Amino acid sequence: MIGSPDLVPFTNEDGFGEAYVDPCKIPEEFCVPLFPHSGNANPWSKTSYAKFTKDFILISEFSEQVGPQPLLTIPDESKVYGTFDLNYFSLRIMSVDYQASFVGHPPGCGYPKLNFVEDSKVVLGDSKEGAFAYVHHLTLYDLEARGFVRPFCMAYISADERKIMQQFLELSSEFSKASECLKTGNRKAFANELEKKLKDLEYTRTVLHKETELQKKNNGCFSAQAVEKANELANIEKSIYEHKDLLKQITSYPNRKINDPEFLPYESVNATDSTEVDQEHAFSEYNSENQSEDLSIKRRSSYTPQLIKAKSAKCFDKRLKTLEELCDLYFFHQTMDQLRLIEKTFRGDLCYIYTSQIDKALLKKQKITNFLFEDSDWEEDEAVIHFSDEKQTLINNLPPPASMLSGEPVSLDSYTSCVETVPIKLEAETEQGLHETELTESSPCELTRDNFDEGIDAEMKGSISSGESIEVLGTEKSFKAQGHTVNPDSVPNLQPQPEVIRRRIITRRAYSEDSIDVLSTTDSIIPEDLRASYPSAIYEEEPPVENCTDASPNQISVLNKAPGMLDECTYVSGAVVQADASCCMGKEVQTYKESSPELAQECSANGIVKQEPQSCRQGDPSLQVDFALEQTTFSEASPSGHPLYELNPNCLSDDISKVTLDDMSDSTSFMSASTSSDRTYSPVLCGNPITVKHKKKAGQSALRFIRQYPFAQQAIFCLLSGRVLVVMGADEGTVRKLVNALSIYVPNVGKYGESVKQWLSSPFQLTDLQNWKLIGLHRMASPTGSSMMHPLTRYNRYISILDIDHKTLRCPPYRGSLIGRMVDHRTQIKRGSTYFMHVQSMLTQLSSKAFLYTFCHHIHLPIAEDEDQDTVASRRASFLLHQLGYNEEDCRIMQFLSELIKHHYLHGPGKGVSLPVLSFNYITSILYKI
Amino acid sequence: MLRWILGGRESQGAVEKNTVLFIGEEQPKNSYTELQVLKGHFDIVRFLVQIDDFRFASAGDDGLVLVWNVQTGERLQELRGHSQQVTAMTAYSWSGGSAAHAALITASSDRTLSLWDPETGNRVQTVSDLQSSAKCLLVLDRLDLWISGGNELCVWNRDFHLLCKTDHHSDAGNTAMVELPKNCIAAAVDKDIVIYRLCVTSSKMDTSIAEIRRLTDHHDSIRALITVSDQMFASGSHVGELIVWDSLDWTIRAYERILWDEPHPDGQTEIKLGSQKQSEMSVQHLASDGECIVAAVGSGLYLYNVSSRSVVAYRKAAHDSSVLHTMLLPEGQLMSCSADGSVRMWELQDLPLPAEPASAGFFGMWTFGRASKHASQQAKKVPEVPGLRTLELTGDLIGHSGAVQMFVNFGDAGLVTCSADHLVIVWKNGERESRARSLALFHKLEQNQGL
Repeated sequence: MIGSPDLVPFTNEDGFGEAYVDPCKIPEEFCVPLFPHSGNANPWSKTSYAKFTKDFILISEFSEQVGPQPLLTIPDESKVYGTFDLNYFSLRIMSVDYQASFVGHPPGCGYPKLNFVEDSKVVLGDSKEGAFAYVHHLTLYDLEARGFVRPFCMAYISADERKIMQQFLELSSEFSKASECLKTGNRKAFANELEKKLKDLEYTRTVLHKETELQKKNNGCFSAQAVEKANELANIEKSIYEHKDLLKQITSYPNRKINDPEFLPYESVNATDSTEVDQEHAFSEYNSENQSEDLSIKRRSSYTPQLIKAKSAKCFDKRLKTLEELCDLYFFHQTMDQLRLIEKTFRGDLCYIYTSQIDKALLKKQKITNFLFEDSDWEEDEAVIHFSDEKQTLINNLPPPASMLSGEPVSLDSYTSCVETVPIKLEAETEQGLHETELTESSPCELTRDNFDEGIDAEMKGSISSGESIEVLGTEKSFKAQGHTVNPDSVPNLQPQPEVIRRRIITRRAYSEDSIDVLSTTDSIIPEDLRASYPSAIYEEEPPVENCTDASPNQISVLNKAPGMLDECTYVSGAVVQADASCCMGKEVQTYKESSPELAQECSANGIVKQEPQSCRQGDPSLQVDFALEQTTFSEASPSGHPLYELNPNCLSDDISKVTLDDMSDSTSFMSASTSSDRTYSPVLCGNPITVKHKKKAGQSALRFIRQYPFAQQAIFCLLSGRVLVVMGADEGTVRKLVNALSIYVPNVGKYGESVKQWLSSPFQLTDLQNWKLIGLHRMASPTGSSMMHPLTRYNRYISILDIDHKTLRCPPYRGSLIGRMVDHRTQIKRGSTYFMHVQSMLTQLSSKAFLYTFCHHIHLPIAEDEDQDTVASRRASFLLHQLGYNEEDCRIMQFLSELIKHHYLHGPGKGVSLPVLSFNYITSILYKI
Repeated sequence: MLRWILGGRESQGAVEKNTVLFIGEEQPKNSYTELQVLKGHFDIVRFLVQIDDFRFASAGDDGLVLVWNVQTGERLQELRGHSQQVTAMTAYSWSGGSAAHAALITASSDRTLSLWDPETGNRVQTVSDLQSSAKCLLVLDRLDLWISGGNELCVWNRDFHLLCKTDHHSDAGNTAMVELPKNCIAAAVDKDIVIYRLCVTSSKMDTSIAEIRRLTDHHDSIRALITVSDQMFASGSHVGELIVWDSLDWTIRAYERILWDEPHPDGQTEIKLGSQKQSEMSVQHLASDGECIVAAVGSGLYLYNVSSRSVVAYRKAAHDSSVLHTMLLPEGQLMSCSADGSVRMWELQDLPLPAEPASAGFFGMWTFGRASKHASQQAKKVPEVPGLRTLELTGDLIGHSGAVQMFVNFGDAGLVTCSADHLVIVWKNGERESRARSLALFHKLEQNQGL
């Protein structure tokens, strides 16, 4: 532990006080935490001692008849958990339910009261089984159960402890969704059950009433039978009253979650139209039950009330309801879908999950530029949220489910539950700078001390660790405390948690003598005596908090502030040289004033790293494949052809304009050309969202292209600088393939590839050039071909033509250096996906520079009063030429990207993909041949 | 710098083959590096009218009038109401109350006249069941009246009350009108120019109009009629006659017969009836800046200085097809659009050897065959040959696939062209636009207080 390399920076920092931050160092949030063991141990073999092969989800119940029992696993295959003892583990996980699931007669209340218990979330470790689990406890209502409640739990079981720990928040929010779904269904079923019961009771009452009357008539009012009947009747009355009250309680479930935009418990990701209908149906069904009387009467009429015996048999002999029965079937299936999704999401190695999460989070941060080259996954979440907003009306009519973990606008105090004793103040982001320094000063020493102390402890006690140990490693509150104190608006998974892991291991070893270590509970009630006896156990939670607040705001604030800083500094730079060395942009401006090209370049590069960290999409193949499949099925499910027109409004209008062109064009052959033209769309690009999978496949062909054509650089320059590239050929397959390959270079290609026209066999128009930046054109030998070629000659100043039959390219020359590294025909890269990632990283770098160029204040606006446009223009030029070291052609790329960014920033992503204008330059084209 | 390539350009659609100059892809003087296509019309767009600094209206054969924002390309209003093609459109503005009102008057083949409010898109006034459809409109700002010209002239006030009208003309009808001093109006009726005088009383309701003069000097139907200055107006006919008239006494100030390819030296008096020849000589459009008149003659351009009564420059084959609209810009710049679908920008340049008289050799560069004869004839006709300058092509705008009907210059905001391909295109200075977008970006950044 002590020898662990990531300990070193902390001690150093401690020693120097003010730490020098190496600007070239990758910010911590982009680092995948190091594998803690320094030995030769294979990090991948860690799961070997677990008795199951891969992660799975287990649902267990604490049955009032047989005790803890496993109900089902996801995936539902026995080979998944192998010899792993589910019964034993169920016992384990069910024994740590900290829910305050008190149901029954609260003091001072005459009748049972339903408690809307919040779910509890804990992390458990079982070192004997080598299993670690995120456990989500929830209670479902069952009229026949003791106290009307049935405790259940859902557990995500993994052999990788770090995965559970680091993905806690994600797991928790995903499981909360599943739980909400399940509980909603349960409330519905429970309400149904109650209504039936009420029916029965009322029926019984009438029967009893009749009997009582009869008894009274026969035996007199005070006969024993009459009294008994009367008592029975009174009991029934009371029971009816109670049940009515229960019904009221369950239906008037607090409307707490309605306004939470993240509330979508019934939304599965691959929701198709049919399920939507289903859903609405379910909703309306439910609504009608609550509100419209006649429907429920109809319902009831189908149910024949039964007489209830005065003394119902007590539980043990009767069968308890299964989970399906407890929950409305629709919601049950929804829950299962959600759980399956969770299993899918968290499948695979932690490092992959972590990377892709960082990736996604960062993409969301880069709203300004990520539309350029990134695939539009990041948009999806927002879209879903938006979708759920539209569903508000439906949701409003629902009995809202219990609060979920994430997004609940609770005051910060409540998050600090178990870490209240932590010396560091948890008031988040009041004064970032102050906060940061405070943390950096205080945390490292404490950390190191702790590490020293407990590192030794761990060394010593590691062997003692008992086989029987199971422990709670953390609970939602403690995690929440970390997550939210860091930065409420930051993405929670941005927190790097190497410390957490390291510390966790120590903890386990140190305190494993007890079979169960409770570090904190949902209710955050930590008894004083516990605190006293395990002081360090309480403090265990502290270092992660520190660590997160230490690392993340630092980075995030840089991310957030960078443009602002940019502005400030550039404002200042006009008058005085900014001397603040800690501000990287200030440095840059300084060097700009000094106009020392090398240094300036270096510094601006720093600025870029700070501002816009590169991200490299690493796709887990299995995950991506699944995703792609889902997307495909989704769009195929929609009515044929229709969404295409919706998505690409140009298609329709183009057809119209085509017809009108026919009218005025005197060539009849043209007419036949346009009528015979096939306007079929490739299933790959058009209509369906482009996924990383497509792009990776395209990477292979792109690699082939750059190896095959020596003028590949020129072709790609055209695409990057916004000049339309027409790929012309006689064979459709070849053209489509090449267009597909080249589409990875098209900036702002659009979610559905709107900027790319894979195959066109009719003459294109000027408006097409505005919409498409890459066109595959059919070369026809027939007379119609000449009319096809006509726009090519007419608009040749706006387009570049790549003729794949003759292997020629007609386009402006490119002499820049930007594309050289991206498009190197001697590249050693063999695999298409690798090449795609290489390109992607280069393009990301490019777009970050474009961002800098676009938002750099002083190169677009005059600094001094008396500056005219020419001065600014020359400054802009020198920025591109000298500071970025670009030549004229590279500048053109930068300018095009910059225009796209400007447009995107000004008008938002909604207003179509392409710029509303077609920009061009008057440059002579050159014909390149192989 | 500019490369001139002679001949050999592919014909464009319906365009007849012609020897024409061709400018290369490199056009350093062409600042229009951004275009925006405005779609909305379903038929030929014939008219563009500037409403104010940023708005313009387009109208054409589909009877639609669309109001656009030139800066954003946004379609602001769609004025629907005409069931047939729009035959004339003009902007009508008056300052009533505090603010200036801008309105549009349109005339259509459905024999209606309409007044539109471009702000709301409402049809404020409309007159239907005219005896003939109006072919031209003239607003007399000074009198706050407007005149529609069809088979007869009708004088209207702002409220669309017909004040008076002339007798029925020939079926040819009025094709163009200009306002002259002293409440006079010159109207082109086939081969004649008719001068009318408006008698306006204070109440305006008993305004009367009377024909006072008929000028019959043109030999063929008049195609263009423009005001040059307060003292002069000019007219051009189908056979290439360009006459500059005195606005006060309606006498001929200058008479030019533009003959591109005249085989006979005394061709001035001879009317050629060959249809092709005629269309080549027809004066399609005239434009003037008070000093010079530019005439679109066939597919050529002809620049005439009124004060010196001399030809400044000319270019016979300026376009591949007939020139439809021209414009004089400051600093010797000229713009023309043609049925060949292109807009060309010209610059008036001195001849390479200004001391020498224009030699046949020079003209021979771009006029073939009888060029020398032609040139000498021009030289004969225009004594100030040393003053002859040349029109150099500085750039062309290619975008339309049909005849470019006309254009409106918004100066810095751009140039708007309309065409038979149903499109309206706004051409902009890319650099300027980029700068404007940057400004907008930083403005928004400031508003948002950061990213």
